[in-house]
Amino acid sequence: MIPKSAPGPSTPQSEFQIPHSNDMATLQFREALRAAMTEEMERDENIFLIGEEVAEYDGAYKVSKGMLDQFGSDRVIDSPISELGFAGLGIGAAMNGLRPIVEFMTFNFSFVAFDQVINNAPNMRYMSGGQFDVPIVFRGPNGAAGQLAATHSNSTEALYSNFPGLKVVAPSIPDDGKGLLKSAIRDDDPVVFLESELMYGMKDEVSEEADYTIPLGTARVAREGDDVTIVAHSKSYHVALQAADQLAEQGYEAEVIDPRTIKPLDIETIVQSVVKTNRLVVVDESNPFASVASEVTHQVQDRAFDYLDAPILRVTAPDTPAPYAPNLMDEYMPSAEETVDACRRVLYAE
Amino acid sequence: MADTNDQAKADGTTDKAATTEKQSSPLSGDGASDEPEGPWTQQSIDIPEGPLEETVSFDTYPADQVGHEDLGIEDEEVLDLLRSMLLQRRFENRCRQMYQQQKISGFLHLYIGQEAVSTGSINAIRLGEDSVITAYRDHGMGLAMGMTPEECMAELFGKETGCSKGKGGSMHFFDNERKMMGGHAIVGAHLPLSTGIAFANKYRGEDNVCLCFFGDGAMHQGAFREACNLAGIYDLPVVFICENNQYAMGTAVDRVVSKPDLFKHGYNFDFPCSLASGMDVFSVNKAVKDHVENYARKGQPSMLEVRTYRYQGHSITDPAEYRAENELDQRKSEDAIHRLQQYIVDHDLATNEDIDAIDSEVQEEVADAIDAADAADFPDDEAIYDHIYAQEDYPFTT
Repeated sequence: MIPKSAPGPSTPQSEFQIPHSNDMATLQFREALRAAMTEEMERDENIFLIGEEVAEYDGAYKVSKGMLDQFGSDRVIDSPISELGFAGLGIGAAMNGLRPIVEFMTFNFSFVAFDQVINNAPNMRYMSGGQFDVPIVFRGPNGAAGQLAATHSNSTEALYSNFPGLKVVAPSIPDDGKGLLKSAIRDDDPVVFLESELMYGMKDEVSEEADYTIPLGTARVAREGDDVTIVAHSKSYHVALQAADQLAEQGYEAEVIDPRTIKPLDIETIVQSVVKTNRLVVVDESNPFASVASEVTHQVQDRAFDYLDAPILRVTAPDTPAPYAPNLMDEYMPSAEETVDACRRVLYAE
Repeated sequence: MADTNDQAKADGTTDKAATTEKQSSPLSGDGASDEPEGPWTQQSIDIPEGPLEETVSFDTYPADQVGHEDLGIEDEEVLDLLRSMLLQRRFENRCRQMYQQQKISGFLHLYIGQEAVSTGSINAIRLGEDSVITAYRDHGMGLAMGMTPEECMAELFGKETGCSKGKGGSMHFFDNERKMMGGHAIVGAHLPLSTGIAFANKYRGEDNVCLCFFGDGAMHQGAFREACNLAGIYDLPVVFICENNQYAMGTAVDRVVSKPDLFKHGYNFDFPCSLASGMDVFSVNKAVKDHVENYARKGQPSMLEVRTYRYQGHSITDPAEYRAENELDQRKSEDAIHRLQQYIVDHDLATNEDIDAIDSEVQEEVADAIDAADAADFPDDEAIYDHIYAQEDYPFTT
């Protein structure tokens, strides 16, 4: 599990990292997201936030805390428990010139709005022959968060990245959260922005530079190494970092890549790393079948088969619904130990 | 957002954040010691003794009750209404042929019989400012809004000159310039979109409205309830117009709804609700005008049921054998185009010869549209990757 206050990358910075300057603040992940929304809403009056409990309750996970006071109830809007309705309202508003941010209290509830998110938002531009933009962000916590059982633990990134027309973003650290959310809000396409309940309290340095954005579709090499590549996004990224630390103690240097956006996927950065290390492990807390890990695996073998010295391994949830019992949940979530084990197998270190 | 705030205040909606103190201490749950505070306590839990009674009335717009002069429609404009309805009828009759000739593929849901609904409605709004969104039976609405027969036919032919560049087909006509926000093919899925379109109008402080058309089959979707509720709580300028053509695919409306007076369903949301004849273009026009000007432009959503009838099956492949004997003939005796033609002659607005001339003109226009669609090119193969993202470097990986 992710520590409540997980450290940021402790490894040397690579050329891919955002250069840290003096314009940094230490913020929680939720505060970084709030900063992104606040800055964007100050910049553009067409942006509004709607969702369950976002206004008077200050956000179910306090991501929107204080925004009602700043922007008023015309722009920070409590919705009824009516996901299909308010997701559709956002899409219609986007077709008619606004830039909505729709918060799902969790992405498990986005399935109630599935028809809107996958049938309306991504298809509108295409079916209208390019006449309608749908500049909307659907955001909220994604994936498992402790013992919430099967209906509250879905990882939706593979699902949503299956639909052309949607972009899917899944940051793992506060700074990326801010830079990517600002880009997502400015993007003219519908973006599914996946956060995690367990990451909201994480503190790290976040840029305060004016107009700070991170382009969608750019991976971050968080830790450099020559022996094995580990690709991991969102919570799994922190699992990968722990695994890399353990591997270092055993004498293996892992390169950890956080794709940050699932679609578009920065496959080039991943392939470059595999060309260097010749070995790949993908950590992804989704169910394994047709997952992000599967897609990365396919694309790497397609582009860099000759450079692979071992089969690509995935560390994922098992192909089961998420359980409730704590021991079963531990079994369900990808762990650093499993990741170390997978890395050792592709390194033929056993 | 000064404009929007002013608008909201003018509507009587105030910023609660500015006026309401937030609840800080959670209730203990024992129901005894906590002083309830906060807006939810305004809801009484007192139960009155004895039954409650409510008297409700609904406006109705039966056929043959109003004429063009009552509606402020000029004499020449009446002929425009007829022309619009004839164009839809002739266009769709040729669509049938084109489908049989395999020029048109996919699903094809014809609007024949319902033309008074589109034409009467569109004549009641500010075209190009007010928005219209409808379901998959969308040819008639598009033509009534001034989309050209050429671009519509080309879309049905799958040509690049089509209104959706050959990407949408019969069920997905779009025209951003005319604010035709689309034909939508998943039953009920566009109802929430209409609330968003109306929301954007209100957010910008405009008085433009959205007409949301849907069939009787969409009434049973949760999307209907969700959209109505959202429109109600946010005071959105939208008119929900149920085009009750009596059948959801092949299922008669009264077999699948517990309250067959569909207009009354809006009453659950405190909407003004009314019922109009869809077989008289003037009845529809008056009803929609009333709903737009008296309600929608004032931020009050409302519900209008227009009873009409489709002459064809649900789609082109449906022989409509579920109808009662003579049912279609009976309905055709109320045909809206014949009714309007009779009205025009009775009121000396034009002669039968004039009407025939309009009809010939329209038929020629449709024939030209077919020729143009036929001659147009299919989209380039590369166009399959166009219009998926605003970003132009798609596919992202090759």
